[in-house]
Amino acid sequence: MAEQILNDLPRLLPEVTLTATMLLVIIVDLLTKRSAVIPAMIALLGLAASGALAIGQWGVHTTVFSGMLAVDPFAVFFKLLIAGCAVLVVLFSLGSSELNNRERPLGEYFALLMGLTLGMMLMAGANNLLMMYLALELSSISSYILAGYTREAADSSEASLKYVIYGAFSSGLMLYGISILYGLTGSLDLAVINQTLPSVVAGGGTAVYALAIAGILACAGFGYKISAVPFHFWTPDVYEGAPITITAFLSVASKAGGFAMLIRFLKVTFIDPAAVAIPAGAWATLQGFDWHYIIAALAVMTMTVGNVVAIWQTNMKRLLAYSSIAHAGYLLMGVVVMSNEGLAAIMLYFVIYLFMNLGAFYVVMLIANRTGSEDIEDYRGIGPRAPFVTVSLSIFLISLTGLPPTAGFIGKLYLFAAVLNTQGWVWLAVVGALNSVIALYYYARVLKNMYLEKSELTAPLTFSRPQRALVLLLVAPVLLLGIYFAPLAQLAQASVKIFGTP
Amino acid sequence: MTVPLSWYLVLSAILFVTGVAGVLTRRNAIVVFMCIELMLNAVNLTLVAFSSFLGDGTGQVFVIFVMAVAAAEAAVGLAIVIALFRNKQTVDLDSINILKW
Repeated sequence: MAEQILNDLPRLLPEVTLTATMLLVIIVDLLTKRSAVIPAMIALLGLAASGALAIGQWGVHTTVFSGMLAVDPFAVFFKLLIAGCAVLVVLFSLGSSELNNRERPLGEYFALLMGLTLGMMLMAGANNLLMMYLALELSSISSYILAGYTREAADSSEASLKYVIYGAFSSGLMLYGISILYGLTGSLDLAVINQTLPSVVAGGGTAVYALAIAGILACAGFGYKISAVPFHFWTPDVYEGAPITITAFLSVASKAGGFAMLIRFLKVTFIDPAAVAIPAGAWATLQGFDWHYIIAALAVMTMTVGNVVAIWQTNMKRLLAYSSIAHAGYLLMGVVVMSNEGLAAIMLYFVIYLFMNLGAFYVVMLIANRTGSEDIEDYRGIGPRAPFVTVSLSIFLISLTGLPPTAGFIGKLYLFAAVLNTQGWVWLAVVGALNSVIALYYYARVLKNMYLEKSELTAPLTFSRPQRALVLLLVAPVLLLGIYFAPLAQLAQASVKIFGTP
Repeated sequence: MTVPLSWYLVLSAILFVTGVAGVLTRRNAIVVFMCIELMLNAVNLTLVAFSSFLGDGTGQVFVIFVMAVAAAEAAVGLAIVIALFRNKQTVDLDSINILKW
């Protein structure tokens, strides 16, 4: 046993590195009071090391610690995505006047950020219901604190409180689902549950209903993490109240971790490994319980509510919050079809989403640093005053809408193609396409305010060279991946291999 | 004579629903946190009952983890309530409404 644990330890190196980084940041913060740069540098180095070690796990296909964590290409892909997102957020944090303008040490902020990243990485690999719960809570508890980090601001602590209440409530629902699932199958290991379920379902009667209730309750936890309707109520409030850097991180990495966990949960637990892929490309679920319709209903509700409510938003962060809810809806379409093509499309979309969404939040942060406002009204006539960042913001928003020649178009193309290639889901793709049209309206409203409206203010807004370089770093992939996306698509297709599935 | 499993399950279901109803209806942040604790303890009861009747220890291990995490969550939650109280002098959820729709 002990030998087995020691043998498995090297497979955990990315996570161990991140834990060491977190501790190191705390210690260094104690020694170098009031310095934000040194902890940030350590965090960046730790993330880079952790990412490099994760790349070293490429091709490994196993589980470690008695099946607790899976180390497979799927997990490695999401770990890299999350680490990349964390690197960008650390860079954003150094330039945020919201975080840096008071007498507040930023060291513990970076330590918590490392804890949050660690939780999300564990979410990507969790292969046991206990591990899933712990990973979810590790990332949730860190993000509750980070959402309220600027605690003197009333809206920040309010966001934090709402987050903690919704989070604890949905993890309670999820736990109840897990406990029923445990009672039905006698195990917490996803693979064992998968083997036991057919005999449970064969019994019929109450067991099938109990399984349905358990599944839906468990989805409450995932739904909250990916902010799917009807578990989305926290999203706009937390996104508006939290520091922008944290909002950006939650909108991408937290969603990625949640999706990784949801996909692994559904795919390993409920899909019949004996049945080969049916010709249409979807997977046969275990008899007695069809997940597709529940997820499809979630997808339709999520994108429609996200897009429709976004129309009335007046605050840029809130607009992007609803837009991120809508994007969770589009991504859920890929989960509905459950084919390898659908999962590859989700992973491709996440990489693109990382750049365009972080980019949009970064520009909003830069403008808020200068003007002190996130209201869409205050974006009137800002185009000529800050040409570079507003053109970049336009590109990000066009990409979020999904128009060519940006990367967002490619992401949507793959996602819709995956849905259309699966029999019986054409209507879902139609709903998705209609939703993209609604999305165009509210993104275009921001563009109109920036360029067509007049404003009495004409003083140009200036940004430092590193800030412009970082914007460029985010714009370039959004444009480049719109034209040259084949390698990324191949990488995503190579990464859909989940341990324990055919 | 042993108590059948269904009794434990019914009791924990009642506790869980009480907790859910409390979270949805009560407006005091502290009471809401207490109701969430009630939900978690209902889950613990289910897990222990199943664990005992299945003769499998995993469920009891899970309970230990749930309790530890619940303690951490409560600590963070109450700290946030205090931070908010310093700003607003209230813990009433209806008056905590800068952010809405």
